[in-house]
Amino acid sequence: MVIVPQDSSASRRRWRLTLLRRAARLAPALLPASASAGYSFNFPEPVTPIARETLHIHNEFMLIITTLFVVVFAIMIYSMIRHRKSSGHQPSKFSGPTGALQWFWALIPFAILLFIDFVLMGIPAVQAIINMEDTKTKADLVLKVTGMQWKWQYEYPDAGVKFISTLATPRDQIANAETKGEHYLLEVDKPVVLPVGKKVRVLLTSIDVIHTWWVPQFGVKRDAIPGFLRETWVLIEKPGIYRGQCAELCGKDHGFMPVVVHAVPEPEYLAWLEAQKAEAKAAAGGADRTWSRDELMAQGKAVYEKVCAACHQPDGKGLPPAFPALAGSKIVNGPLLDMNGKVITDSHVDRVMHGKAGTAMQAFSTSLSDVELAGIITYERNSFGNQMGDMIQPAQIKALR
Amino acid sequence: MSLATTHPAAHPEHHEPTGLLRWLTTTNHKDIGTMYLTFSLIMFFVGGLMILAVRAELFQPGLQLMKPEFFNQLIGVHALVMIFAALMPAATGFANWMIPLMIGAPDMALPRLNNWGFWLLPPAAILLTLPFSLALFGIGDGALATGWTFYAPLSVQGGMGVDFAILAVHILGISSIMGSINIIVTIFNMRAPGMTMMKLPLFCWGWLITAFLLIATLPVLAGAVTMLLTDRHFGTHFFDAAGGGDPILFQHLFWFFGHPEVYILLLPVWGLMPHVLSTFSRKPTYGYTAQVYSFIAIGILSVVVWAHHFFTAGMPVPALIYFMFSTMAISLPLAVLFFCWIATMWKGAMTFETPMLFAVGFIVLFGIAGLTGLILADVAADAQYHHSYFVVAHFHYALFAGGIMGVMTGVYYWLPKWTGHMYNETLGKLHFWLTVVSFNLTFIPQFFLGLAGMPRRIPDYALQFAEFNAISTIGAFILGLSQLLFAWNIWSCTRGGPKVENRVWEGADGLEWELSSPPPHHSWETQPQIK
Repeated sequence: MVIVPQDSSASRRRWRLTLLRRAARLAPALLPASASAGYSFNFPEPVTPIARETLHIHNEFMLIITTLFVVVFAIMIYSMIRHRKSSGHQPSKFSGPTGALQWFWALIPFAILLFIDFVLMGIPAVQAIINMEDTKTKADLVLKVTGMQWKWQYEYPDAGVKFISTLATPRDQIANAETKGEHYLLEVDKPVVLPVGKKVRVLLTSIDVIHTWWVPQFGVKRDAIPGFLRETWVLIEKPGIYRGQCAELCGKDHGFMPVVVHAVPEPEYLAWLEAQKAEAKAAAGGADRTWSRDELMAQGKAVYEKVCAACHQPDGKGLPPAFPALAGSKIVNGPLLDMNGKVITDSHVDRVMHGKAGTAMQAFSTSLSDVELAGIITYERNSFGNQMGDMIQPAQIKALR
Repeated sequence: MSLATTHPAAHPEHHEPTGLLRWLTTTNHKDIGTMYLTFSLIMFFVGGLMILAVRAELFQPGLQLMKPEFFNQLIGVHALVMIFAALMPAATGFANWMIPLMIGAPDMALPRLNNWGFWLLPPAAILLTLPFSLALFGIGDGALATGWTFYAPLSVQGGMGVDFAILAVHILGISSIMGSINIIVTIFNMRAPGMTMMKLPLFCWGWLITAFLLIATLPVLAGAVTMLLTDRHFGTHFFDAAGGGDPILFQHLFWFFGHPEVYILLLPVWGLMPHVLSTFSRKPTYGYTAQVYSFIAIGILSVVVWAHHFFTAGMPVPALIYFMFSTMAISLPLAVLFFCWIATMWKGAMTFETPMLFAVGFIVLFGIAGLTGLILADVAADAQYHHSYFVVAHFHYALFAGGIMGVMTGVYYWLPKWTGHMYNETLGKLHFWLTVVSFNLTFIPQFFLGLAGMPRRIPDYALQFAEFNAISTIGAFILGLSQLLFAWNIWSCTRGGPKVENRVWEGADGLEWELSSPPPHHSWETQPQIK
């Protein structure tokens, strides 16, 4: 599928002028594309002002460098054909410009290049930078994105809504045991939802290593750096589902942490946000009641498979030495809490809640709810051959925070 | 040791050891040059095998051959092997062989340092690749899996492969700095009488700038990886925000070395090009002085543009604009070189033997690297290109077409001089055409993959990228197999072949062509007088 990017009606007139040039450039690219699907020769369709500007700049620059390439090497190839020994050409002896005219010819290319670098390419490039970095003005809402190995957490600070978004592609598809779906590796269990036509200020950070949040159709790519906040912005102009990926090597499952953004009209967005708030409230309420062991096991299994299984594997055997096994682990099969009901250092509860520094084991107390943590801990202590027979209540986790 | 025949067996008056001990103890610049080049060729195949495994995994979507952890190890070690163990030693091998011949010196200025500089390389290469084998025996979890850039905090989190790679980089760095000191001292002190700096062959000029860049930037890399080592094991927090550090500091330090490194790899090749073009155009080099000043200008610019490697990390607007324009400024001295190369060919009497074919191929393909580099400097467009396959394609045009094909130009150009035999011209031409066609088959699709949004360093990809990846893999395998022709041609040329004259090529000019082919074990014992 070749995507020939379209423009919004506002700038269509300006674009009509360049259409001819673009058509000329794309012509060779279109030839094989008509024969087969799956070939794309340019950026995907832009849906934000930044992406549109970037595509425009990219197209102009490609035109400039293609022209330079053709002109320079046409001269060289002409020389290679004309000035051959086999055609009887006698070599000249010059080794530099002689006379004013030759100096003129020698200097012209550099004057042209200076103009291209600092005027023709330089001026639009500076304007694009200023637009891209304009994160401070007129933001309608804030989205906080936190990268973690190997999933994204999205937070709407104003609404108090926070959730994790992980790869939804089944493992069997990756292992080639099952037919791959249409959105193979670019699908998540819970996409982030944003309103169209609103300027969204995106804050980025990470809790472990550097990740990069990238949605090609937004023209936005920005690193999520542990311990620092970075920012960018998007204004999505068209409803739709937009897919991207982590772009910075972040360890084992770097290729398996997609970004999926669901852009919807504002009323739909607000309704979704209300539903999220209600869900969050219900989940928080869950911490106050006493859970049965079966309930905790079911809850724990679901969360384990989403959050823990990438490293510790669905069967709890891990991938030693980097990712230790939980089956038969001394830590998992150790005491739950001390005699006063407090966390024991380096115990199972401590590891799950506070992580292990310098490794991929994160402090899950910041990203998971009381119920989820209680579920995971209970599940791990009573699965993969571990038979501790005990459990921990969400209320206990709440008290331990 | 495939080039051993360059040393005529009979030198009884020297009482030199023979066999392995000869190579361990040699201080002769020709022997050491040969060892560098042989080592480079071996590591070129080691690095190539790694990336063929990667390309095989990427042939189809889904995980077929390896786990993502192993994939990550292969890509990083491939890069380190190719850069530090294949391309840099090849250039140093050229320098060892050719600089004394070209400037009329009897040997390098510091022959024992020279020997040590080479013999540090094999241990470093072993350190780099050993964790792969150790993992087979259940020790550690394999080699460096962070990509060649070692970005913290991923490298702080990594296994013992990171420590092995840090130590390997230290040793390789020491070796390169010793080689650089030797080259600078040789060029400054051992030129034949009458050879002023502005009569110095351009290859020597290219290497002189390279040597200064190495001495300026390698200590910064050594410092950065040492900080990483102490962060990993001794409780420091240089790159940990929780302890007051900054992960981006690592990127600044790394690329302060990393960007000049690109020119370290390319300057010796740029120095070589005018010799080859002038020889096969039978015409003097165009714009000698302009090329010298361009080398110097690129050397200086290369250390002030580093942050364009991580525009997406986020930095203030003035910094973005500065790094964008300083990067674009490199296009000017580079354009001078292109202009001089083409003007050297202009109105000559050209023939197209294998070295000339490689030189022309180099100019065209390196032109693509330069032009795509120009648009990569644009911050807004870079937000799309960065960390995508577009960048992968771009730097392979720079380092394979610019670096490796440049080295191949030099090998075909000088091999008859080194061995006294002509290589097989038909095989050489076949090697050239197979290399050029399959190289483009491999990397042109990667430009499109990047534009379509495929990130680099992923072991598996979405279905929309499948077709181009399949094409790229086929290209890569043809490219890899074609290099066997190269190895075979070198090997058979050292074993025998038609004898060549002192001046191997009709249009060749310079002191090195005054000597016999192969040159005697000790050459220029009486320095020539340059008029």
